[in-house]
Amino acid sequence: MENVAEAQKSLREIKTRGEFLERFLKLSLGFWALFVGLLFPILAGLILLYEARLAIEKFGFIHFLTYTNWDPVQEDFGAATMIFGTVVSTILAMLIAAPVAIGIAIFITELAPSWFKPIVSTAVELLAAIPSIIYGLWGFFILAPIMATKVEPWLQDKLGDVPLIGKLFQGAPTGVDVLTTSLVLSIMIIPFMAAVVRDAFNMVPPIMKESAYGLGATKWEVIRQVVIPYTASGIAGGLILSAGRALGETMAVTFLAGNRPEIPKSLLEPFTTITVALANQFTEADTDVYLSALYYAGLLLYLVSFTMLGIAKFMVLRLEKRWKT
Amino acid sequence: MSRKTRRKLFSNFMLFVSFLTAAYGIFWLFWILGSLFINGFKYLSPELVYLDPNPPGEEGGGLRPAFVGHLIITSLATVIGVPMGIMAGIYFAEYGRNSKFFMTLRQITDIMVSTPSILMGAVVYAVLVKPVGHFNGFSGAVALALLMLPVIAITTDEMLKLVPKEMREAAYALGAYKWQVIKNVVMRAAKVGILTGVILGVARIAGETAPLLFTSFNNNVLTFDLRDPMASLTVTMFNYVMGPYHYWHQQAWAAAFILTMGVLLLSIIARVLLHRNLLEPLFYIVRSITGKKRG
Amino acid sequence: MKKVLLATAVFSGTVLALEITGAGSTFVYPIMSKWAFEYNKETGHKVNYQSIGSGGGIRQAINRTVDFGATDGPITPEDAEKHKLLQFPVVIGAVVVTYNVPELGRTVLNMDQKAVCDIYMGKITRWNDPYLQQLNPNVKLPDRPIVVVHRSDGSGTTWIFTNWLSKVCPEWKEKVGFGTSVKWPTGVGAKGNEGVTNYVRRSQGGIGYVEYIYAKQNNLPAARIKNREGNFVEPNVRTMQEAAKNARWDKSKHFYEVLTDQPGKDAYPITGAVFVLTPKDQPERAKKAHTFFKWVFEKGDRYAQELDYIPMPENVKRLVMEYWKEHGVAP
Repeated sequence: MENVAEAQKSLREIKTRGEFLERFLKLSLGFWALFVGLLFPILAGLILLYEARLAIEKFGFIHFLTYTNWDPVQEDFGAATMIFGTVVSTILAMLIAAPVAIGIAIFITELAPSWFKPIVSTAVELLAAIPSIIYGLWGFFILAPIMATKVEPWLQDKLGDVPLIGKLFQGAPTGVDVLTTSLVLSIMIIPFMAAVVRDAFNMVPPIMKESAYGLGATKWEVIRQVVIPYTASGIAGGLILSAGRALGETMAVTFLAGNRPEIPKSLLEPFTTITVALANQFTEADTDVYLSALYYAGLLLYLVSFTMLGIAKFMVLRLEKRWKT
Repeated sequence: MSRKTRRKLFSNFMLFVSFLTAAYGIFWLFWILGSLFINGFKYLSPELVYLDPNPPGEEGGGLRPAFVGHLIITSLATVIGVPMGIMAGIYFAEYGRNSKFFMTLRQITDIMVSTPSILMGAVVYAVLVKPVGHFNGFSGAVALALLMLPVIAITTDEMLKLVPKEMREAAYALGAYKWQVIKNVVMRAAKVGILTGVILGVARIAGETAPLLFTSFNNNVLTFDLRDPMASLTVTMFNYVMGPYHYWHQQAWAAAFILTMGVLLLSIIARVLLHRNLLEPLFYIVRSITGKKRG
Repeated sequence: MKKVLLATAVFSGTVLALEITGAGSTFVYPIMSKWAFEYNKETGHKVNYQSIGSGGGIRQAINRTVDFGATDGPITPEDAEKHKLLQFPVVIGAVVVTYNVPELGRTVLNMDQKAVCDIYMGKITRWNDPYLQQLNPNVKLPDRPIVVVHRSDGSGTTWIFTNWLSKVCPEWKEKVGFGTSVKWPTGVGAKGNEGVTNYVRRSQGGIGYVEYIYAKQNNLPAARIKNREGNFVEPNVRTMQEAAKNARWDKSKHFYEVLTDQPGKDAYPITGAVFVLTPKDQPERAKKAHTFFKWVFEKGDRYAQELDYIPMPENVKRLVMEYWKEHGVAP
C-alpha cells in the first residue's frame, strides 16, 4: 500500500518538477531570444540617441545633414562631409563589385566544373574571412603606393583632359583617396554579394531553365532572360545587403580615406566617412558637444544601416517565398 | 555567320567574362595573402611574443602586451557571448518557430550581424567607460561579446534547424519532456554544427579593431587586470601602421600575418567540421594508426 | 642579458609597483616613452602613456580618466583653476617644418615666415614657386605640387605652430588663428606627430610640421626658419636653448608660457614646452604622477638630451617642486 502511494507521490513530484524545469527553461531561453532580437538592438539605439541628445538639440536635423562645416574649435558641427563620403564610397564600391559578384555567381553555378566549384567558393569565402584591418594594412602599404605612383598618374594623363570626366581626376595623386578606398571596399563586399546572388541562382527551379534550353536558348540567354529576372529581388537584396555592410566598414576606410573633412571634388582627393570620423576623433573629442555630435553621426549610421539591411532582408525573403509557391 | 552561331559565340563570350570575374576575385585574394606571407613571414620572430615594446624610435622590442591582451579580451568575449547566443538560438529554433513575433526577432538578429562594429564600441563606451572614468579591458570584451551574440544565435538556430524533425518526434513519442528532447537529442545531434558556429564567431571577433579603439584602448605595459586599459593586436597594428617608424611597420606586418593565419585557420577548421563526412576516410586512417577503436 | 632583464622585471614587479596612466601630446611621446621605459627598469613602477594628441590629453585630464595629461599648448591659468588642474613644464622641444621632395633628398631649405604662411594658406602650391626659389638661390627646386600635411586631431604641436604663424603672419592671425585645432585652409589631416611624419615620408612633395625628433629619426630634413632678428636658424639644441632663455616661468600663473618667436639672433622661432596636467583634487593620483616626474627631473635629463629635447633648467625644476609642495601634492 505505502509503496504505491509513495510511488504515486514521487511520480507527481517528478511531473511538477519536470514541468517546472520546462517552464524555467522556456522563460530563460526566451528571455535571451528577446534580448538578442529586440532588447539589445533597441537598447543600443537608445543609448546612441541619449548620447547624441546635446547635438540633436543644438543642431537639429536638416542642419546637421547639410552643413559641411565640422568645426571642433567653434563647436559647430555639420556632418554633410562624412555623410557624403559614406554614401559615395559605398555607391562606388557597389558599382565595381556588383558585376563582379554576379559574374562570380554565374561562374560558380553555371560554368565551373564540379571539382572546381568548391575551390572558387572557398576562395571567395576566404576573402570574406580576412579581417578588415588587414585590408587596410595591405591597401595602405601595397596598393596605395601603386595607385599613387602608377595607376593614378596614368589615369590623370589619359582622362584628365576629357571634358566632364576629367574633373574627376584632378588633384595630387597620393593614393589615399576616394578611388583607392572604393576599390578596396568593393573587394571586401564581393564575397557577400556573390554568396547572396549564388544562393538566389540556386533557387531557380530547374524546370524553368530546362524549358528555356528546350527552346534552343544559349547558356547566356538562359541566365539573362530566365535566371536573372527570376532572382531579381534576390540580387537587389544582395546589393543592398552589401551596401549595408560597406556603410559600416571602418578600418580599411580609415587607412585609405585620407581623413579630410571636406567634400571631395575628385576621385583622387582624400575624404572622410562617418566611421572614419568616429575612429579618429572619438578619443579626442574634448567637449561634450563634440562627443555628442559624433554620437549623432553614429546614430544616423545605425538607423540607415539597419533600414538598408532590413530592406535587403525583405527582398531576399520575398524571393524565397516565391520559390515556395 | 548564322544567327545561331552568333548567339552561341556571344554566350561563350559572356561566360568567359564571368570566368574573368572569378579570376579577378581570386587575383585579389592571392595578392593579399601573398603580401601577408612575404612581408609578415620575413619579420616574424619569437621576440615579438615575449618582449614588451620599446620607446618609439628604438628598434626591437616586441608585442607581448598586445598578444596577451588580445587573448584575454577575445576569450572573455567568447565566454560572455557564446552562452547567451546559444540560448537565444535554441529558443528561435525550438520554441519560436510558430510565433511570428519571434521569427521577426530572428530576422532582426540577422540584421544585427551586419551592423557596423564601431557603433558597438560607442555604445559600450557610454555604459562601461564613461561612468567608470577610464578605458578598461572588460569593456572591450563586452563590446566584442555583443558583436558575437547575433552571430552565435543565428548559427545555432541554423544548425538546430538541420536536425531532422523525426528525431524529435521519436523522443517525444518515448515520453520525454521538451527540455530533455533539446538537451539529449537535438543539441547532441547539432553539437558539431554549433561548435562550428562558435569557431566562426571567434574568428570574426578576433579580427575586430574598431570596437576596441575606445573601450579597451591600449597599453604599453603588460597587464592582466581587466580594469586597466588593455592592449590588443589589432589596435596595436592600427597605431603602428599609422606611425612613421620602419620597425613598427615590420612588426605590424608580422602581427597581421599571425592574426590572419589564426583567423583563416579557424575558418578552415570550421569548414572541415561541417563537411567532416567527406573526410571520413582520413579519420579512418588516423584511427587505425593510433589504434583507437571506433566507439 | 635578456634573461637577467626578464628576471629583474618579474622580480621588481612583485614589489609594490605603482601603475601610473598618462595620455596626450604626441610631441613628447618619444621622450615620455623613453622615460617610462627607464623608470620601469630602475624602479619597477609602470607608466602607461598613450600618445593621443594634446587635445585628448587635456580632455582626459579634465575627466580624470588618467593620472596625468600632457599638452604642448598650455591651458590658461583660468582654465587650470576652473578644472582644478595643476600644470607644470617638463621638457622643451622644437616644431620643425619637414618635407619630402625626391629631387631634393636631404637638402635643407630656407623658409621665412611668409613662405610657410603662404604654403599653409594654399597660396604657394608648387615647390618651384619663385618666392621659394629666391629664398634658396643655390638649390634647383623641382616643379612638383606641394602636398600640405597638418594634424587632424587636437594637437599641441598645432598649437605651437599656429601660435607662431599668428605672431608672424597677420593674415593667418585674422583668418585662422591658433589653437589645438584650427580650420585649415588647405591640406590633408593626419593623426598625431606619427601620422604627419608617416604621411610626409610616403608622399612625393609633402610638407608637414612635427617635433624635431620625428624628423630626425625618420631621416627627413628640417627647414631653416627665419627668426625675429632676420636670421635663418636651423633647429638644434643650441638654438632651442636660445629661445628658451627668456622664458619667465611663474608658478602663480600655473607656468603658462609661450616660447614662439622669441628674441635672440640664434633663437629658433618655433620652440615650445610640454606641460603636464595633474588633478589637484585627487592628491593620491597627483602624488603618483609627481613621483614619476621627480625622477624625470632628477635622472631624466640625459635621455632627453639624447633625443634632442631640452631639459628644464635647474631653477625651473626647483620652482615646480615648490609648486607641488604648495598644493600639498609633493611626492
